[in-house]
Amino acid sequence: MSDANTAMVEKYRNSFLKEVEANVEEGEWVKMCMQCGVCSGSCPFGPHWAHPPQELFMMIRAGKREEVLTSDSMWMCTSCYNCIVRCPRELPITHIMHGLANYAHRLGIAPKNQPTRKFAKLFWENLTKKGRTNELKLGLSLYFMNGFGDGVKTSLKMKDIGLGMLKTKRMNVGEMWGGHACKDTNGLHAILKKAREIEDAKMQKF
Amino acid sequence: MAKKEYSFYPGCSSQKGASASNYLVSVQSMCEELDVQLNEIPDWNCCAASIGYAEGGELPRLALSARNMALSEQANPGQDIVATCAACWLATKETQERLHDSSDLMQETNDALAAAGLNVKADQTVRHMVEVLIEDFGYDELGKHVKKPLEGMKIAGYVGCQTNRPFGVDGESFENPKYLDKLVETMGAEPVEDYQKKVQCCGGALAFSEPEKSQALIKDIVEAAYDGGAEMIVTPCPVCQMNVEVYQDQINATYGTKFKIPVVYYSTLMSVAYGKNGKEAGLDGQIIAAKKLEEIAAK
Ligand code: SF4
Ligand code: SF4
Repeated sequence: MSDANTAMVEKYRNSFLKEVEANVEEGEWVKMCMQCGVCSGSCPFGPHWAHPPQELFMMIRAGKREEVLTSDSMWMCTSCYNCIVRCPRELPITHIMHGLANYAHRLGIAPKNQPTRKFAKLFWENLTKKGRTNELKLGLSLYFMNGFGDGVKTSLKMKDIGLGMLKTKRMNVGEMWGGHACKDTNGLHAILKKAREIEDAKMQKF
Repeated sequence: MAKKEYSFYPGCSSQKGASASNYLVSVQSMCEELDVQLNEIPDWNCCAASIGYAEGGELPRLALSARNMALSEQANPGQDIVATCAACWLATKETQERLHDSSDLMQETNDALAAAGLNVKADQTVRHMVEVLIEDFGYDELGKHVKKPLEGMKIAGYVGCQTNRPFGVDGESFENPKYLDKLVETMGAEPVEDYQKKVQCCGGALAFSEPEKSQALIKDIVEAAYDGGAEMIVTPCPVCQMNVEVYQDQINATYGTKFKIPVVYYSTLMSVAYGKNGKEAGLDGQIIAAKKLEEIAAK
């Protein structure tokens, strides 16, 4: 168990709901859910969610910390915003799903091999490096994220798509060396560093 | 009509050699015809799309969009920010609303921006290009520029998620928005009535990390277009465009289907109808060639 996780378990011994309200993006909304189930019927990956949003909200209130945070359910969120426009209580469900995933990831207890977790991490590292996404490197690191053997297999499977993208100039091998970038990457990095500091300090405070 | 100017946020996928570079080409041709000037936000950065949350968290993510807004306020004061990508639009608009709703977030965001000597007021309106077309021009005006109506074509308007929810276009419903169909009609083609999967999710960014689950959704989207008698799909979103176009072969291999339907942008249709040639309309960016449009463009 990570140190951050142990500290949070200690601090919120009695209420996982309070922990979520304090630390999860838009977490203060969870208590407003009236368990109607509309959101759960809205997810495009519906059958693949072990615990759909409505159930996650119930589990949070029931204090099922471990089960919620180690779940891969919220990682199934495609950001389709179906739930948000349908929820009778106007809960920002999409953001709560993102928030739960991010919180579990920061505490180091999110499922290690969850593919979207890995992809999201690669994506963030890719975009923050130069301020703009390098699609080629992102694609390659994605194919190889499960190791070399797997990567070669996925790359072969994706070969035709890659060739199509190259032919139509929608992919550029030159991105391997350099590629698109912001000019003021130093400024951008300073902003992100400061934002991270402020966010970490908030988590300490609660 | 006088020239219209906007502060333009093109986004990563529109860059040269990137996956939606053909989108930008067609948007530029369309804007040239409509006398729209797009003033690119200098040194803009990525918005983190809908997948940046896991590693980025809340404030760093908001700060990314806030930096773009701050740069826009400096360089293009008083102009609406216009994005062509659904995810760029959504992230920027969402950030703008959040900063307005919470003085704490506004303060924290500006503390972060100060690290690069920037400050944001977040008072520019953030719009998607289709809003500009519908609201600042209107269908009648857009129709007046048509030189080569797309006669005899039947097209499925695939709106998808993020240009439709949570914000959507004013006056449209979330379950059955009509603007794309109206644009198709305005360009002289026939829209598919009751396109069943019009607002169905394509998997978005998860098409990369969860290919099987996403391709099952994409299969339904393409199938419903064929069922509606469409020969082409049109969309306002670069993620939708890519997902629905490029995986058709893999879906065919998995499900034994015979999909081969071109997927274009509204701006592709408009550029061709406005008399631009194939290159100007970005048709050379189609992986599944839009032959009918090529023929019209070559006429
Ligand atoms: S739709 Fe809203 S109120 Fe209903 S279960 Fe989901 S979150 Fe709760
Ligand atoms: S945004 Fe996420 S939680 Fe909401 S319906 Fe879509 S997949 Fe489900």
